[in-house]
Amino acid sequence: MSVAVRPLGSPLERIEGHDKVLGAARYAYEHAPDGVAYAVIVPAAIAKGVVGSIDAAEALAVPGVLGVLTAQNAQELADASGELAVLQSPRVAYRGQIVAAAIADSLETARHAAHVVRVVYEVAPHDVELRAGHPGLYKPDKVNPNFATDTEEGDVEAALGSAEVTVDATYTTPAQHNNPMEPHATIAAWEGGGLQLHDSTQGAWGVVSAVAKVFGLDPDKVRVISPHVGGGFGSKGTPRPHVVLAAMCARHVGRPVKLAVTRQQMFTLTGYRTPTIQRLQLGADGAGRLRAIAHDVIEQTSTVQEFAEQTALATRMMYAAPARRTTHRLVALDLPTPSWMRAPGECPGMFALESALDELAVACGVDPIELRVKNEPQVDPESGHPFSTRNLIACLREGAERFGWDDRPEPAARRDGRWMVGMGVASSTYPARRAASTAHASAAADGTYTFRITAADIGTGARTVLTQIAADALDVPMDRVRVEIGDSESGQAMIAGGSMGTSSWGTAVVEACRRLRAGETEVHVDTADGARAAAAEPLAKHSFGAQFVEVRVDADTGEVRVPRALGVFACGRILNPLTARSQFVGGMTMGISMALFEETILDPALGAYVNRDLAMYHVPTNADIGEIDIGWVDEHDPHVSPMGSKGIGEIGIVGTAAAVANAVYNATGLRVRDLPITPARLIGRI
Amino acid sequence: MAETASLTLFVNGEEHALELDTRTSLLDLLREHLGLTGAKKGCDHGQCGACTVLIDGRRANACLAFAVAHDGAKITTIEGLANGELHPLQSAFVAHDALQCGYCTPGQICSAVGMLAEVAMGWPSHVTADVAAEPELDRSEIRERMSGNICRCGAYPNIVSAIEEVSG
Repeated sequence: MSVAVRPLGSPLERIEGHDKVLGAARYAYEHAPDGVAYAVIVPAAIAKGVVGSIDAAEALAVPGVLGVLTAQNAQELADASGELAVLQSPRVAYRGQIVAAAIADSLETARHAAHVVRVVYEVAPHDVELRAGHPGLYKPDKVNPNFATDTEEGDVEAALGSAEVTVDATYTTPAQHNNPMEPHATIAAWEGGGLQLHDSTQGAWGVVSAVAKVFGLDPDKVRVISPHVGGGFGSKGTPRPHVVLAAMCARHVGRPVKLAVTRQQMFTLTGYRTPTIQRLQLGADGAGRLRAIAHDVIEQTSTVQEFAEQTALATRMMYAAPARRTTHRLVALDLPTPSWMRAPGECPGMFALESALDELAVACGVDPIELRVKNEPQVDPESGHPFSTRNLIACLREGAERFGWDDRPEPAARRDGRWMVGMGVASSTYPARRAASTAHASAAADGTYTFRITAADIGTGARTVLTQIAADALDVPMDRVRVEIGDSESGQAMIAGGSMGTSSWGTAVVEACRRLRAGETEVHVDTADGARAAAAEPLAKHSFGAQFVEVRVDADTGEVRVPRALGVFACGRILNPLTARSQFVGGMTMGISMALFEETILDPALGAYVNRDLAMYHVPTNADIGEIDIGWVDEHDPHVSPMGSKGIGEIGIVGTAAAVANAVYNATGLRVRDLPITPARLIGRI
Repeated sequence: MAETASLTLFVNGEEHALELDTRTSLLDLLREHLGLTGAKKGCDHGQCGACTVLIDGRRANACLAFAVAHDGAKITTIEGLANGELHPLQSAFVAHDALQCGYCTPGQICSAVGMLAEVAMGWPSHVTADVAAEPELDRSEIRERMSGNICRCGAYPNIVSAIEEVSG
């Protein structure tokens, strides 16, 4: 049968929308297994050293306390390393690391008990400040997840030396914390030698794999359930130490245990974006055609495990220049391990590159959009492969028309009372990939279909779009299709990360539908071979976009407001315009936030990030965000997914901060190269 | 050391006679004792608004309220707004896609209910030009009045549109 309006491409409401507005959607912590106990983390109160002794007597004497877990009485884990080696050693590698947990029959009692666990430390001097010239800087073997650390083509120094126009500037971005609204939480229950977790995760299967290894279990013995997840932005992409701790506590007391990381603890235990120091050197001819690009990055990791953000990655493929160099150097500090935060690599890297492009446009006297058009590569500069689709210029052109770019003033030329007004533009990009996923599907006699896949809906609308994909591929109405996600019993699947979720899961769903339409009634698909083949295609696959921002800068206070912004994207076929628009708006909102608000502040003396809550770590409120307009160009990229779609979860944040900084330059004539652009960075200079 | 107290709360119209650890917040009472997990714990410090409920009709952060301090109060949570069918704000949030992960959503909706009542009572806000006049609820007013509820997914423009539709 056929339906009047095809589900794919239609702006359909979220399937779980009613459950969410009714308060009926249950998140990880919101289950109540019989006999559940509560665990509360005791964080390290020093930045470096060892735990000398722990006195839990007072805590254990509190009525209702079931146990205190420390490195002295914790089980030896089978195979745990890095951040997941919880309570395996007395060593303290950063302030806030887990040194104990109190378990009690109520949350109030567990919290009290955690406070009266007495920990004595042997303190060692700490090293927490990222700086150029740090003696510990080293070259990692690769950058996240598996890219070359450095690249070089042509004679960059010679090309810079002979260029008519050069830009040589250093940009910095601060540490930033993901801060999804739902704090990381786990309920762990051991039953018959197996472990069941209700977990707030971007990938239940990844949690199974990691936790099974840590506890020496067969993966069949671990089940992870997470039908609703309150945001993640990368911080729930891999299991954090509290997941292991919850399971250890449950085993210790012989009862199910629930454990939520507090908002304050999220600033140490759940990952963050590394601060970066980025030197950009551009060399061009007088018309703005690039001859050389050099992007040299300094960033941090921890002493616990290495995380090397791929900050200069986008610089390898964005613009044509015969000579190009990118480098990454790390220093391991006595701080928590950085990790993924929305568009790791592209987000901080494109702030620097797109700011430098704007500086070059000014130096050459060329419009910033025309500058980018002049430097549009015909093929991927790094690999030499053609792009599967590349519509950056279309995004810039359409955006310029829609935003009224022609009305952009000269720098520091437009005033509206005490407000200085300006416009800025920047390019966006993000890789478009997919990964292996499995899926189960069955056709019932009544004409309905059920799909089971270990996808995660962290707010993306995954459940909805997978249902649309299935209904479209089967050519049946949406209400004939049921898609069950967020349960590891459905088998291996890609995480909700890398903007790869829909492409990866959707490909598995399409393949399952093909076999159902061929007459099978129970199918199990695995797209591993297809994903490998797609990755091996000699094509460069990326999404692109253009970000336009208007700013108003208060000439007296230095306050920057963004009354309106526009993003135009080329991300393949848009499968659900309603939820896609929301993702783009959300990404751009986080980009505006990066530009103006977000900074986790280090206290070098304490050896700790200190603004560890939502009163001091500023994320935007409703009043901080103006009107955000979204557009996209028609695109269909069958090389990325059979739906023709690319990913959309991350590109919205890429380039936004540069567009804001470039608009601030246009408004004030002042270049701010250090984020965030707080009043303190402008006042006195205006 | 734990002490307990007796109190009575009327939650979504239902009377609850309770014997509670005095350290129990209203939020933990709802979530851990009454099974009403619609109110969310985002920060437990009154900074994010995810736990917003209505206490005697006024919006409040349930994480900052000790349950024992509200003996006799009428509490309305997100679970108490729908009456057979969705509350108009609930419908509008779905229609405008004013949510993504959904974790802040119950707090946003309860806050909006309380906010609309404040406007009906003529309360001005920081952005009200004439504080003596009846407030006009435009987008700027909605943004200002809804700024106690953080949405990290960035659904703000859609939240404003949803509330605008219901209030307009």
